This record gives sequence, structure tokens and C-alpha cells, in this order.
Amino acid sequence: MRSEQEFMVQADRYLNGEMDPAEKMAFEQYCGQNPSAAEQLETHRLFLQQLKRHAERAAFKRTLASVAEQYHRSSATPPTVVPREPVLVALWNRFKVNSLVAASVAIIAVFSTLWLSGYYKTIEKTTSNYSALRRDMNTVKKNVNAQNAVIRTISSEKQNGARSTGHFGATGFAISPNGYVVTNYHVVKDADSVHLQNTRGELYRADVIYIDPTHDLAMLHISDSTFTPTKHIPYTFKETESDLGEDVYTIGFPRDEVVYGQGYLSSRTGYAGDTTAYQLSIPVNPGNSGGPVIDSRGQVIGIISGKQTGIDGASFAIKTGALLKSLSAIPMDSLDSKLTINRKNLLAGLKRTEQIKKIQDYVYLVKVY
Amino acid sequence: MSKVNRSVVPEADLRAVDGIARGDTTVLESLYRDYYPMVLNMVIRNNGSEEEAKDLFQEGVIVLYDKVRQGEFELSSKLKTYLYSVCRRLWLKQLGAQERAFHDVSGFEEVIPVSDDLATHRETEIQLTLMEQALNKLGEPCRTIIHDFYILNLSMQQICDKFGYTSSDNAKNQKYKCLQRLKRLFFSST
Repeated sequence: MRSEQEFMVQADRYLNGEMDPAEKMAFEQYCGQNPSAAEQLETHRLFLQQLKRHAERAAFKRTLASVAEQYHRSSATPPTVVPREPVLVALWNRFKVNSLVAASVAIIAVFSTLWLSGYYKTIEKTTSNYSALRRDMNTVKKNVNAQNAVIRTISSEKQNGARSTGHFGATGFAISPNGYVVTNYHVVKDADSVHLQNTRGELYRADVIYIDPTHDLAMLHISDSTFTPTKHIPYTFKETESDLGEDVYTIGFPRDEVVYGQGYLSSRTGYAGDTTAYQLSIPVNPGNSGGPVIDSRGQVIGIISGKQTGIDGASFAIKTGALLKSLSAIPMDSLDSKLTINRKNLLAGLKRTEQIKKIQDYVYLVKVY
Repeated sequence: MSKVNRSVVPEADLRAVDGIARGDTTVLESLYRDYYPMVLNMVIRNNGSEEEAKDLFQEGVIVLYDKVRQGEFELSSKLKTYLYSVCRRLWLKQLGAQERAFHDVSGFEEVIPVSDDLATHRETEIQLTLMEQALNKLGEPCRTIIHDFYILNLSMQQICDKFGYTSSDNAKNQKYKCLQRLKRLFFSST
């Protein structure tokens, strides 16, 4: 049995690889025969390993410390000590660019979509919730086209002239016996040709002789040779303003048949405080535009022009005063025949139904192509 | 020396890892230059001082060193991310111990889980602290003799000359005694 010290010396040499092969074999053999010696060797090995690691780590720490010291000394200027910002500010700073890009993309997307979908065109048309009451006949047109197609297959040669009806339908009424008719400007705007149809179904060509876009008025003259002037028209035009609560009615063509509507004058001003118009509470629909507003004594007090969308019973009518003023602006010598305003009222005292019977002959369905 | 996922990790990071294992001064300097400001910023924004940031960064590097020295280090992210994650974790722990709040404002840096690495680091730290204590208790000249023989691999003759022992046998005896004492100190404390 060797002494422990001797064993340790050999163990050190063994672990350092300083033994020659024969010596090494003898040592390994000895350890193989003595479990306690082998254990001692293993413990020694692990211990030395630990010792080495410690030394290496200590060395590393020293190097690191010196590097750190050098670094901190060289950058002695206190590094930008950023005061801690609120979370939101920090977030903003970090994502400023991203959010700006995102925002601009969103804005471009929104507006280009709006533009592409024709939103601005619609907005131009209806900058307000005021809706003009001309009747869009495109749906009718489609139906009629379909019908025409059917008719054509049945009897293909005939019916060549009977094409679709106009794009728009509205109402107009005579202001003089010799064929002058008033309606709304928005009805005849962009019109190729205008036709008037009375309640008996007679159709006349009409010319637009004067327009007044500010008051939304248009003057038509029936140029058709089949038109026979009457002696006089039954109603008069009331120049003074009517009072609130005045019982009024209108006759118009919201569909192809004449329709009567009754209501009352609810405000002396029109849409958005327009003093040249009344507000009426009267049921009107697209197609009523240009219809006369008549009071109980048979005087025309206004012309239906539109209504406010989204609000019940807010229709608007242009005051007769504005109509007369507009008429007086027409250069009289440019007219074919004289335009005289009727002063003789044939309706006063008549029952409502009788009044309507007389009036309806002078109210026309305006067809705009 | 370490298996590394080469596809995600920049070449420079791999060189840095090897440099850390060797204790390369230039590599350590570049570590400081590149990553210290980031950690300093995090600490300062989160209730810390510059001194604390210095200590924190050093500890972070040592964690990295331990990991590398274990030999199975697999750098699966950028070195920057790893170092930041370690430092953040360490700082969180420190704040938690002092019950100071952590406002994770600069936490928009990528963070990877590093708790395992920190656990091994703690273990190593404990082990080596024991060794340190044992060595401290051992005192001189034993400590130096052990160091010279086992770490610097000086021969017994050199040690004998250095410490002025009369014979190399004397030195051997002395060394043996020192080693036995050190072992006793170390194993009694574990």
C-alpha cells in the first residue's frame, strides 16, 4: 500500500498525462483493483476541474472588469440619459413613422375609394338633404323596354315610333291661356326635348324659353300646332304672401295619372331659411315638382319644388312672388305671343272638387327626354 | 466549440462567442461598444442608475461566458437579443427583490426566454463561490502554491525556488498538505 501522498503525486502525473505508457498501465491497473483508489482519483479529478474553472472564471472576470473600466473611462461623458417617457410617448416615438405611413395609406384608400365609387358626384348633387322632386323614369323605361321587346316579337313591324318614355317626369301648369307653362328648372335641366301631356292624354311638344336656375324655375311654351289656346285660365296668382296655416292643395303627376294632394302652409321660409319659398306640410313625391300650390280660393301661391329628406311633412314650394318676378325678367319682345298673367279668378267660391275639375286641364305631365 | 444554428446567427456573433470563451479583450471591448448602451438605456428607463447598469452588464456577460464554457452553447438568436434578454431578466429579478417597479418601455427589443441559462449560471456561481471561500480560508502561501502547480503548471522545482524551500521534497510535502486542507475546506462546506 502506497502512502496517500505518493498516490496523489501519481494521480497528478496521471491526470497531466506525464506518465509513460507502462507506468500509466500499471497505475490504471492499480486503480482497477482498488475501488477506493479509483474513487479517490475521480474525486481528485473533479476537484481539480473545479479549481481550474474557478481560476479561469476569475481570470475572465478580471479581464472583463478591466475592459469595462477602460470602456467607461473612455466614454466618460455620461451617456445620453434618456428620461423615462410616458408609455404613450415612447410608443408614439417608436411607431411614429409606421403610424404616419399607415395613416396616409388609410387616407388615400378612403378618398380614392370614395372618388372611385362616385361619392363626390353624388355629394355635388345633394349637398343637402334637399331632394328635388322630379321623377326618374329609368325604372319605367326598363319595364317599357321589356314590354317593347315582347311587343316586337309579337308584331315586329309595327310600333317603331313607340320608344321608351322620357328620362324624367314632373308637373307643370299653364300661366297663360296661350301655351305658356311653368315648371322647375331642375326638371328641364340637360333636357334634349320636352313634351307636355295633359289629363286627357294629349301630347304637345314644348320649348324651353326661359330658365331661372336661382329660383329653380323654367318657362316652357307649347310650340305644337295641334295646341289650341283657351280663352283664359281659371286660377290667379297671389302676389302677397300667404299666412301660416293656410289650407293648400296641389295637383301633380307623381305617376302617369294626375294626383291630388292636400296640406297646409307650415312655414314662411323654405329650405335653410330660403325666403323665396314656403315650407308646406303636404304629401309630395318625385314627379310632383313643378305642380301648382293652390289655396282654398283658387289662387296659386307657389310651385312645388322639393322636400327635405328624413323629415316628415317638410315640402318646399317656390313663392308666386318669385315666379312673377322671374316672369317679369323675361324680355317680352323675344316671345312669339304675348304673355299675360291672368287676373280673373273663376274658382273662388267653388267647391274643392269643382275647382280641381277646372284646374286639371291646365296641369301638365312634363316629360323630359 | 459550440454547436450553433448557423442560418440565423450572423458570422460576427459566432466569432464573438468564441472570443468570449477565450476571454479575448477586443471581443469584450466590442461587446461593450455594441450592446452596453442598450442595457444602460433599459436600466435607466426602469428605475436604475448607471452604476447598476455597469454591474448588470458585467453579470450578463458572465452568464454568457458560463454558457459558452459549458460547451453546449447553441446560439439560437442574435447575440444582441440573447444579451438583452439575459440583462432584462437579471434586472427584473433585481427590481423584484427591491420591490421597485419595472416599466417595460424599452421592451420592444426582441426577448427570448433565458431562465434555464440563468439557473445554470446561479449554480456555477454557487459552486465557484464555495471554491473561492475555500481558497480564501486556505490563505498564503498555500493558495499560491496550489495555483502555481495546478493552474500555471509550474514544476515542483520551480515552486521550490520561488518559495525558497530547501528541497523539492519539502515543497512537495507542503503542496500535498495544502491540497488536503483545501479539499477539507471545500468538501466540508458543500
